[in-house]
Order: sequence, then structure tokens, then C-alpha cells
Amino acid sequence: MAKNKRDGTFYINPYLGGVLLGLVLFSTYYITGRGLGASGAVKSSVVSAVHTVAPVHAEANKYYSKFLSDDASPMSNWLVFEVMGVIVGGFLSGTLYGRLKFKVEHSPKITGKTRLIAALTGGILFGVGSQFARGCTSGAALSGMAVLSASGIITMMAIFGSAYLFSWIFKKLWI
Amino acid sequence: MVGPLIPMGVIPETWNNVIALLLGVGFGFALEASGFSSSRKIMGTFFGYDFVVLRVFFTAAITAMTGIFYFDYMGWMDMSMLYINPYYVMSAIIGGIIMGFGFALGGFCPGTSFTGVAIGKIDAMFFSGGLFIGVFIFSELYPLFQGLYNSHNLGGAKIYDLLGMRDTVFAFLLIVAAVAMFYGAAFVEKKVNKVEY
Repeated sequence: MAKNKRDGTFYINPYLGGVLLGLVLFSTYYITGRGLGASGAVKSSVVSAVHTVAPVHAEANKYYSKFLSDDASPMSNWLVFEVMGVIVGGFLSGTLYGRLKFKVEHSPKITGKTRLIAALTGGILFGVGSQFARGCTSGAALSGMAVLSASGIITMMAIFGSAYLFSWIFKKLWI
Repeated sequence: MVGPLIPMGVIPETWNNVIALLLGVGFGFALEASGFSSSRKIMGTFFGYDFVVLRVFFTAAITAMTGIFYFDYMGWMDMSMLYINPYYVMSAIIGGIIMGFGFALGGFCPGTSFTGVAIGKIDAMFFSGGLFIGVFIFSELYPLFQGLYNSHNLGGAKIYDLLGMRDTVFAFLLIVAAVAMFYGAAFVEKKVNKVEY
């Protein structure tokens, strides 16, 4: 069956996608000496926002103050630029393969509203967890695995192990 | 040019953010083109109907790892200069478990949700919004978590050191394990009923 590459159903071969992603990750280490990330950009934005709204509070908080320094704004963080790139790259791919469309994707067994509540709750939990683990699936797990760091491998196993267990508990949300 | 290029001073530091943007474009493209902008495609890995996450994730990890080992062996990159996330045992495990819980409810991780946002997935926008709330909650409650967050610090520990293995032996075993999982995934996919999404 010939697929129309622009009707939104075409995805590249997952092994090709993996090699592409691996080469991007390798290049990141080779050029910058650090890995990729995602949740770090959210952290920088939150630190920056809180510092703008309530500077005294942010400086008194032991967590925000770790990431505040006098010479650089927390927004001028490497990961903030990288994540802007991620959105551009995702948009380019979505354009190329015809996937640009506003929609709530959900299992036919649940309503769109249920999906949005679950997505928001999942995001909140991921936000909390990524701070404990000092990174998310990108920054802690994937980038950590590429350099065989203990934190990367252990975090990866904890994320996927726990996600496997919980996804069967919340099976109705998906299938 | 011996890497890492920016820490070695081969490329000036001022280019760092431009390079971050460009690498991010590659990252986002690879994620979206592989199907990571769809939460139901991502969740296929846990129910056995689509193992795209397992395939992409482990292929990417072993590709990057092999490149790093090869460049280090050839003297083209000093692996010891690469940033290693410190391993705080309890915090890493608990954080991973909380993230797994969030994964099962939300169907995304932060990076993949951003590609969902980029193509207009409203559920991805809610997930991404949740990330900001989650980070805010953690930060505000940090005094409660501080002890746990800073306990059992093993620094930039390597997995092969903890297991008492040579680095190359562990790397080789990881590749073998990945290939075995790829075969296993293809086997399971054939047995599991297709899910339309």
C-alpha cells in the first residue's frame, strides 16, 4: 500500500529516527560537551518568572537561588535555546508530513475533557519528578545513557519501569 | 579538531546558544518524524501495539554512545570532559518513579510534548503547562524535599564502575541487549491486537 507522505500518517522508520536522534545527541556532546535536555528549559522559565514577580521570595528560596546569579539571567540558559529549536524542528517535520492540526488526541473510550485532565496531571507529575531526578527522559535518561552514567541508566529504568506499571493501572485512558 | 569543541575553545563560547538552537531543531525533527508528537503512539510501547519509543530511544542511545567511545578511542574527543549528571541515588529513583506515573497519565515526556505543541496537539499543550506547575510546586516545597534531594550523592558515577565492569564490556552488552529487545518487540507486536489511533 503506497502511503501519501503528506496526509499525516507517515512516520520515518524508527531505527532511522533513532540513528538521526543519536547523531544529534552525539553532535551535541562533541560540540558542546553536554547532552540534550527538555525539562531544564521549563525550570529556567519558572525560576525566571518567579524572580520577576517576586524577587525577594525567589532569592530567599533555596531552590530558585541555586539557579540565580548576578551576571546571567536564568533564561539565557542553553536549554531554553535548544527547546526553542525543538519546537521549530517539530513544526518543520509536522509541516513536511502534513500533521499540523489543532486537536485533542484521545482514546475513543474517554472524552476529550478526561484526556486533558490526565495530560495536565501527568505534566505536573513529570515536572515534579524531573526536579528530583535532575533531568527528564532527555536530559537524565537518554543523555546519561550515551555516556553510561549511573544516574542516566537508573533514571531510565525507574521511568520506564514505573510507566509500564502505571500504564496498565490506567489502561482505560489509552486502549 | 579535538572535542568537545566549545569547552576546548575550538569554537568560541558566543556561538553556544546558536548551536543550541540548531541542535534543538534536529532533536525536534527526529522526535516528530518518528511519531513522538502522538501520545497514543508513544504509549504503544507499554501495551505492546507499537514499540516505536523502545526502538528510537535505544537506537539513539547506542548510536551516540558508540560515537563517543569511538571518538574517544581515536583521540578525537576527550570523554572525560563531558558533563555527567551527578547520581543522587534516592532522588534519581524517586524522581524516575514520579515521572513514570506522569508518563502513564499524560502519555508524553517533556521533549515529546513540545513537539506535540509544535503541531497543534491541545493535550500536549496541557501536559506542557503541567510541567511548569510541577516545577513550581517542587521549588516552593523544596525545604520539605531538600534532605532527600541531596542524599546519597555518588557524583558523576559511571554504571560500569558500580558493576565492576570494563566500560567497553558494558557498552557491548548494552548493544546486545538493545538488539535482543528489538527482536522481542517485533515478536510481541505480531501477537498483540492492532490499536487504531
